[in-house]
Amino acid sequence: MNIGFLIDALITVVGVTTPILLAATGELVVEKSGVLNLGIEGMMLIGAVTGFAVTLSYGPDFGDLAPWLGVLAAAIAGAASSMLFAFLVLTLGSNQVATGLALAIFGIGLSSLIGSGYVGMIVPSFDSVFPDWLASDPIWRVVFGYSPLVYFALLMVFAVGWFLNRTRAGLILRAVGENDLSAHSIGYPVIAIRYAAVAFGGALAGVGGAYFSMVITPLWAEQMTAGRGWIALALVVFSGWRAGRLLAGAYFFGVLMTLELYAKASGFSFLPSQFWAAMPYIAAVLALAVISAREVAGSEAPACLGRPFLPNS
Amino acid sequence: MRTITRRHAMKTAAAAGLTLPALARGGLAAEPLKVGFVYLGAIGDYGWTWSHEQGRRALDQALKGQVITSYVENVKEDASAIPVMKDLAQQGNKLIFTASYGYMDQTLEAAKAFPDVKWEHCTGYKRAANVGTYNSRFYQGRAITGAIAGMMTKTNTIGFVGSFKIPEVVMGVNGFTLGAQSANPKITTKLVMIDTWFDPAKEAAAAETLANLGCDVIAQHVDSPAVLQVCEKRKIYGFGYGADMSRFAPKAHLTASLDLWGPYYIERAKAVLDGSWKSDDVWWGFKEGLLSMAPYSKAVPENVRAAADKIVADTKAGTYDVFTGPISDQSGKERVAKGQQMDDKDRLVMDWYVKGVQS
Repeated sequence: MNIGFLIDALITVVGVTTPILLAATGELVVEKSGVLNLGIEGMMLIGAVTGFAVTLSYGPDFGDLAPWLGVLAAAIAGAASSMLFAFLVLTLGSNQVATGLALAIFGIGLSSLIGSGYVGMIVPSFDSVFPDWLASDPIWRVVFGYSPLVYFALLMVFAVGWFLNRTRAGLILRAVGENDLSAHSIGYPVIAIRYAAVAFGGALAGVGGAYFSMVITPLWAEQMTAGRGWIALALVVFSGWRAGRLLAGAYFFGVLMTLELYAKASGFSFLPSQFWAAMPYIAAVLALAVISAREVAGSEAPACLGRPFLPNS
Repeated sequence: MRTITRRHAMKTAAAAGLTLPALARGGLAAEPLKVGFVYLGAIGDYGWTWSHEQGRRALDQALKGQVITSYVENVKEDASAIPVMKDLAQQGNKLIFTASYGYMDQTLEAAKAFPDVKWEHCTGYKRAANVGTYNSRFYQGRAITGAIAGMMTKTNTIGFVGSFKIPEVVMGVNGFTLGAQSANPKITTKLVMIDTWFDPAKEAAAAETLANLGCDVIAQHVDSPAVLQVCEKRKIYGFGYGADMSRFAPKAHLTASLDLWGPYYIERAKAVLDGSWKSDDVWWGFKEGLLSMAPYSKAVPENVRAAADKIVADTKAGTYDVFTGPISDQSGKERVAKGQQMDDKDRLVMDWYVKGVQS
């Protein structure tokens, strides 16, 4: 077990964790504002196909800039698809769970439809952010050798944590999620704030999806996120709606998933292979059990999570 | 103008009705056979489903006018497949191919409901009077890619990203390992089963893990080119699965074993058309044209090409079979005696790995 081996393993862990971290960070903001958006998987896929398609189409014209355009397009597409959910849930007051699931299914289908013409194509990936001598250095690549989206994800987690806990705007968002009626009586635009939060969540989910089709495997294949959206959802709950714990939880999941592969590749199959694959989900259930056992009459969830806000009823 | 009375209208209608059979006779005689296909994935996956789709198109071409084919993509391998299959039968398809192992029980159930439809289940082993099974000797292709891997590895460690521990995949792992050992007895195969047919990110992570653990040639039994992309990035070698995937990894992709389902689909459609179809258990390979190899990449040296070509030729002639003893399993116990060829029925239930596979 030398340092090179550890570095390689760590790089794999980061690659596995980043898309989940992006989607979960977005969902954290959404849930803190009181909305439960289960459609992460759909938004991620829409982001993935949009990012891929835009990068492919503008590649010849923009060269190195094309992937950045692609990511921007993925964010916009993710936000746009979340707006459909937001309209149904915030303006029309429909059931959030059902609408979120519908968005997930819709996203899977729409992305497959859009993507059907893009199967079998490849796109160029991002240039590394740091100069080559750092990014390719055998030791320092563990810090400097990643795609820009990795650093963006880390930046976002810290930014969201700081925003929620240290800014007035974040306080207002949390207030909307804890007690929407009080916030409304004080005069804050509850629905507008929730719209903004949902859009932000959609944008980050879109970028998380783009990570699949542009960084991990620069290709498009139907349903290529393979359920990571659901893991992101579990992660938000697992983290107790705290950004710091979200970061730790995401990497914990990433380590578990990578550990599964290393265990299998090294011949440690004393546990059935399916058990290893189920590990992240089992860990989530265990964590939730521990968290809820410790809380008194309720949980750390935002008090208004999942409840429609209809001030005139 | 004469008033059209009801009696007159009825007389005219009856007269018109009597002429219909004369008109119809010509059409009925040449009614094309409707053939349906149930696909696991998307036809654009450039792998498993794509090659079945190529087979369907070959059928369309070869028997143009005599068959009308249709397909359903992305059918999950659970109970939801049954309504899809029944629906195809209700649409008039008289020959239906269900192209994945996980459709086994569903095909049988749909077949019970539609006894006059002929069903063919790919890579399964349960049959009925109107259900046949068909399979391809994928392990023949594995033996060849294995031999190439054995000759080209520098670390004597080769990798395999698999899906589920079912006989088809196990045969592939064993065929790959035995083929490599025949060229290079020192190799070890590191195996990772990812418990899914398709998950590009997980396939990529598995390939990265294998590369980190020292593998410099990686084969796969999963449905996306993700593994090859990782091989390209890490500057190691890999093989395409079921289709030529060189566009995704121009330097890493050495060759691929190609699944060619066309010949089988054409033969079966003809059998239904001339009434000779009966439930059978078909297991074809290179000899019958169900498998072939993709062109070798520039990285494959001349001596390796020659050796691989020889194995292909011997396989076609029937003089070479990778499951010829002596073969021992991972615990060292001998499973196939020296000089013996493993029985087909033992291959189809293979659930043990050969010595040299680290699983």
